[in-house]
Amino acid sequence: MFLQVRELTKVFSTRHGPLLVLENINLSVAQGEFVCAVGASGSGKSTLLRQIAGLDQPTRGGVWIDGQRVTGPGADRGMVFQHYTLYPWMTVQQNVEFGLKLQGVPKRERRERARYYLQMVGLSHFTQALPRQLSGGMKQRVAIARALATEPRLLLLDEPFGALDLHTREMMHEFMLDLWQRMGLTVFMITHDVEEAVFLSTRIFALSARPGRIVREITVNLPDRSQGVMATKRHPRFHDYRDELVMLLRQTGQAAQRRAMAMAA
Amino acid sequence: MTPDPTSPQMTPRRLPKPSLQPSVFWRLAEDIPAPLYRRLMLVSVLVPLVAWWLLTTFGQVDAKFLPSPGQVATAALRLGQSGELWQDTWASLQRVGIGFGLSVLVAVPVGVLMGCFQSLRALGEPLFGLMRYMPAPAFIPLLILYLGIDEAPKIALIFIGTFFYNALMVMDTVKFVPKELIEATYMLGGNRINTVLKVVCPHILPGILDTCRINLAGAWQLVIVAELVAATEGLGRRISLAGRFLRTDEIFVGLIVIGLIGLGLDLFFQYLVRVTCRWAQPE
Repeated sequence: MFLQVRELTKVFSTRHGPLLVLENINLSVAQGEFVCAVGASGSGKSTLLRQIAGLDQPTRGGVWIDGQRVTGPGADRGMVFQHYTLYPWMTVQQNVEFGLKLQGVPKRERRERARYYLQMVGLSHFTQALPRQLSGGMKQRVAIARALATEPRLLLLDEPFGALDLHTREMMHEFMLDLWQRMGLTVFMITHDVEEAVFLSTRIFALSARPGRIVREITVNLPDRSQGVMATKRHPRFHDYRDELVMLLRQTGQAAQRRAMAMAA
Repeated sequence: MTPDPTSPQMTPRRLPKPSLQPSVFWRLAEDIPAPLYRRLMLVSVLVPLVAWWLLTTFGQVDAKFLPSPGQVATAALRLGQSGELWQDTWASLQRVGIGFGLSVLVAVPVGVLMGCFQSLRALGEPLFGLMRYMPAPAFIPLLILYLGIDEAPKIALIFIGTFFYNALMVMDTVKFVPKELIEATYMLGGNRINTVLKVVCPHILPGILDTCRINLAGAWQLVIVAELVAATEGLGRRISLAGRFLRTDEIFVGLIVIGLIGLGLDLFFQYLVRVTCRWAQPE
């Protein structure tokens, strides 16, 4: 397997003592897959993504990419964050070029590659714009282009569409699906939006809340999704997947709440 | 069915007085019309000027205490024509330029490093925090003892008086760099040096310029203090000399020139922020 998370446990030390956030997470992702981890808030899904990114180190267990252990952040994994992380003083073009600049790629090649990826995300006409002149959806598309420009082997998405309005979000779902298919990307995404996960993923891991454990793995089998969000969302299997996940997250959420109340009492 | 006018629902209830009265002048944290803004600014300059003129013309105030605007203008012209005013202004400006320039040159890297690395912050902050509260003029005797009475102690005074403020305020601006912007840089393959130089520094540039603008006022005060103690030329020297000979009109000339130069520098830095950091400006 390409990405492997093995027996990963993460404990945070807080003022009130140690807090178990992730417990014994095991998962793997093959090249070309689009895998989602869904969970309510408190499921530690962001923490999981940070371990894979190398922005944080697990307490036990670890993350391997292509057999190599992840020990820190690096450009072999492209990451798109929930909040806008474009450099506000750089133009769109400069933002996309920045990762290549850090690698010392010559100027001409840099410019061509940035142009290519901006074309891929449909923003060829906005190369000279500043981030603040763009809408939320456009900003995230630039962030995706920037993450892809260094040609990472794995794309990590941290609820990248969470701050967008519903209409823009659905457009971005179709865009992301299309981009994934065209470019043969390997994607690991986290989200709390169950429909988003079902629409985009080939496989879904459902996480429980406090501590985060994988409670179910679902392989999504939907007919050709390139017909668009509306068509896919009308498919009966889409509803089955969604209902299954919603029920599951609700149960684990209630269980977590009961535990918290018992602890408080 | 016609509604019963005596039923409680139908009696026309008087609306309570709205809790928020409409107003233009008292708009809270909102813009007021630009013409009104300009007119109010004009008032703020003209009212004191007119009051000053009225007081000296009709108030029978001794000119030794309060010279009239005309007398001050005459004194300014006299000092300007003799060249003393320019000499003094240039001397003071030079001291501020060198002292404050050196202070910024050292304080910016120190402040950036302390803002970026908590370890360096722990090393520097306690001492800096303490030094900042020691009034710089209290160092004058020491500075004269160490450096004599030439330019060196004056420049050193400005340096000591502004360095700690500059460093600590620059350090504070690093706080406003979003953590995610730094992490995004790591994920693009950036190391710490890249991240500090290419992401943190550009992000805090408006903050650095603003720090300079604010602390320049402090430097400007210190140069006057230094010149009051020992100097042969300078605006502070001019004022203390004029005081000794009861040339109140020249004191006023000195004060006004100091104020105008300060204001000019302030506006210059505001302009600098506007042109170099267009991305940080409100639309």
